[in-house]
Amino acid sequence: MSILVNKDTKVIVQGFTGGEGTFHAEQCMAYGTQIVGGVTPGKGGQIHLGQPVFNTVKEAVAATGATVSMVFVPPAFVADAVMEAAQAGIELAVVITEGAPVRDMQAAKACAVKNGMMTIGPNCPGIITADECKIGIMPGSIFKKGNVGLISKSGTLTYEGANQVCNEGYGITTAVGIGGDPIIGLSYKQLLQMFQDDAETEAIVMIGEIGGDLEIQAAAYIKENITKPVVAFIAGQSAPAGKRMGHAGAIISGSAGTAKEKMDALSAAGVKVVVSPAEIGKAVKEVLS
Amino acid sequence: MNIHEYQAKQIFAKYGVPTPRGIIANTPDQAVANAGELGGNIWVVKAQIHAGGRGLGGGVKLAKSKEEVRELATEILGMTLVTHQTGPEGKLVQKVYIEEGADIKDELYLSVVLDRAAEMPIIMASTEGGMDIETVAHDTPEKIIKIAVDPAFGFQGFHGRELVFGLGITDKAEQKKMIDFAKKLYTLYMENDAEMIEINPLIKTASGDFLALDGKMGFDDSALGRHPDIEDMRDISEEDPDEREASQYGLSYIALDGEIGCMVNGAGLAMGTMDTINYMGGTPANFLDVGGSANAETVAKGFEIILKNPNVKAIFVNIFGGIVRCDRIANGIIEATKITDVHVPVIVRLDGTNAPEAAEILSNANIANLIVATDLGDGAAKAVAAAKQA
Repeated sequence: MSILVNKDTKVIVQGFTGGEGTFHAEQCMAYGTQIVGGVTPGKGGQIHLGQPVFNTVKEAVAATGATVSMVFVPPAFVADAVMEAAQAGIELAVVITEGAPVRDMQAAKACAVKNGMMTIGPNCPGIITADECKIGIMPGSIFKKGNVGLISKSGTLTYEGANQVCNEGYGITTAVGIGGDPIIGLSYKQLLQMFQDDAETEAIVMIGEIGGDLEIQAAAYIKENITKPVVAFIAGQSAPAGKRMGHAGAIISGSAGTAKEKMDALSAAGVKVVVSPAEIGKAVKEVLS
Repeated sequence: MNIHEYQAKQIFAKYGVPTPRGIIANTPDQAVANAGELGGNIWVVKAQIHAGGRGLGGGVKLAKSKEEVRELATEILGMTLVTHQTGPEGKLVQKVYIEEGADIKDELYLSVVLDRAAEMPIIMASTEGGMDIETVAHDTPEKIIKIAVDPAFGFQGFHGRELVFGLGITDKAEQKKMIDFAKKLYTLYMENDAEMIEINPLIKTASGDFLALDGKMGFDDSALGRHPDIEDMRDISEEDPDEREASQYGLSYIALDGEIGCMVNGAGLAMGTMDTINYMGGTPANFLDVGGSANAETVAKGFEIILKNPNVKAIFVNIFGGIVRCDRIANGIIEATKITDVHVPVIVRLDGTNAPEAAEILSNANIANLIVATDLGDGAAKAVAAAKQA
């Protein structure tokens, strides 16, 4: 078991023939992901990486039966790509691209929700179900199969967390990078519930950061709905207010969005909160033994 | 990206959002000429820096004669203005805005910002204009009205009614003016990909007109590509020169006041590294994300920028290679030691893609001052110890 994606998931790539799209699609295929085609407008009919290229998502879905799209188009075209996927019947769009305008994502997300499509990202490393399916840019080798679910706003902290979990002798069911932008698709709440419902997942690692209040919402949700143990780390305890720390969404506005308020809320909800990401592995071991 | 008050007011004017008339000046002579052009017998001389709290810091003053305009412009131009938003080092004032005096009957607050939870813009308004809005939100949250506007449907009549009834505006003509004001502000927020617009205070004059007495605007950096007119308003002198230089090399750098320089891939891990250093009893000197396309040149540049800071006593390179290949970082470190005089201990932790190759490159290079760490915790501990010994 796992959440959202597995070895049977059929995936297309939007921005298939571009540099990034090509490189990462190839890596995903090598991992075992079923990339069944891709979309690059104007290149329909070509074969790329052994798979068919289509002009539109609609055509790609009709021909391949894909349910998931991995999006690698440039920032200015992200909203267009997400809306195209949503209206073509894609069930889950995984948006890797960083730098999509916030206004565009408001519209794209509203369209996705209206069409019943889930979105992961933008500005994220993607999603991986260990040993089955990788849709994104993470190094597959560090995700060993196991019983810990992982949700993170940050790419490299996803790797750091997964690596520690595996070094402690555990492994990962599915890891999801939800992205560091102000407006993102699936958030902690929905994913926590999916891991709660997944028979194989026994503990959940949640990695957040300063800015916004998704972690606070997650804390309230955990208190009411999640019975599996949760380990959390919030990045940016030492970040100054008013400065954007790399991610577009990682900014403390006035007195809101600090690491401390998020850590306090999670602790109060019974979550095992660690002060340093170096402690994630040990904390998982503690909650599972 | 943020802009100055006078630039925000230029955008307001374009959209018909009423403001007092004003003209920007770089010298006291210009300031006096501007006052003459504006006419009248009372003017406000306003320091233009990208920070709030200018009035309290002594950067906004009233002049009742042209001589006084000259005196105040001379005093404010070139001063280092310290406010609660500039930090203790303050900001150098290079421009003053000369504005006609306004007849203030009432002071309100109005802003448009993104509500991340609602995933749409909200209009915030308050009768407590001229006060620090954070304080109002903390002490009297009931005095702040929040109205979410769904961009799919735009600004509707009920948004306007919630606003004016919430602000206690009862006069019909005034209601109409305020609704028109807010609707235009919302429109310019959306059309320009603004991140926030804040007017504090928004004043009501004796004749019942509403004017933006102040104007603060920030924009979504990701959308600047489609707004060349706004990109042109960028004031480089308001930006940290090191942060700017770093960004030209694809590095995201923010100076802090600690002792341990950090070079990390990924914003999350970069923050996590700072947090770990703190946790181990040290202090980070900076945030630095080398990004996904790091190579020898960018790593060398990163070292150069970190080492400009005289407080740096050790550098912790923490890389978990996904897209970034560790061997490239290792070559970058070697390259950096050739170009730059790396006179402090460098603690290196390389994990992930091509980490074994990287380890071999580093051990063959025989660099003095280089300490290899096995993981994040080990690296942070070694960096803290090295900084303490220095």
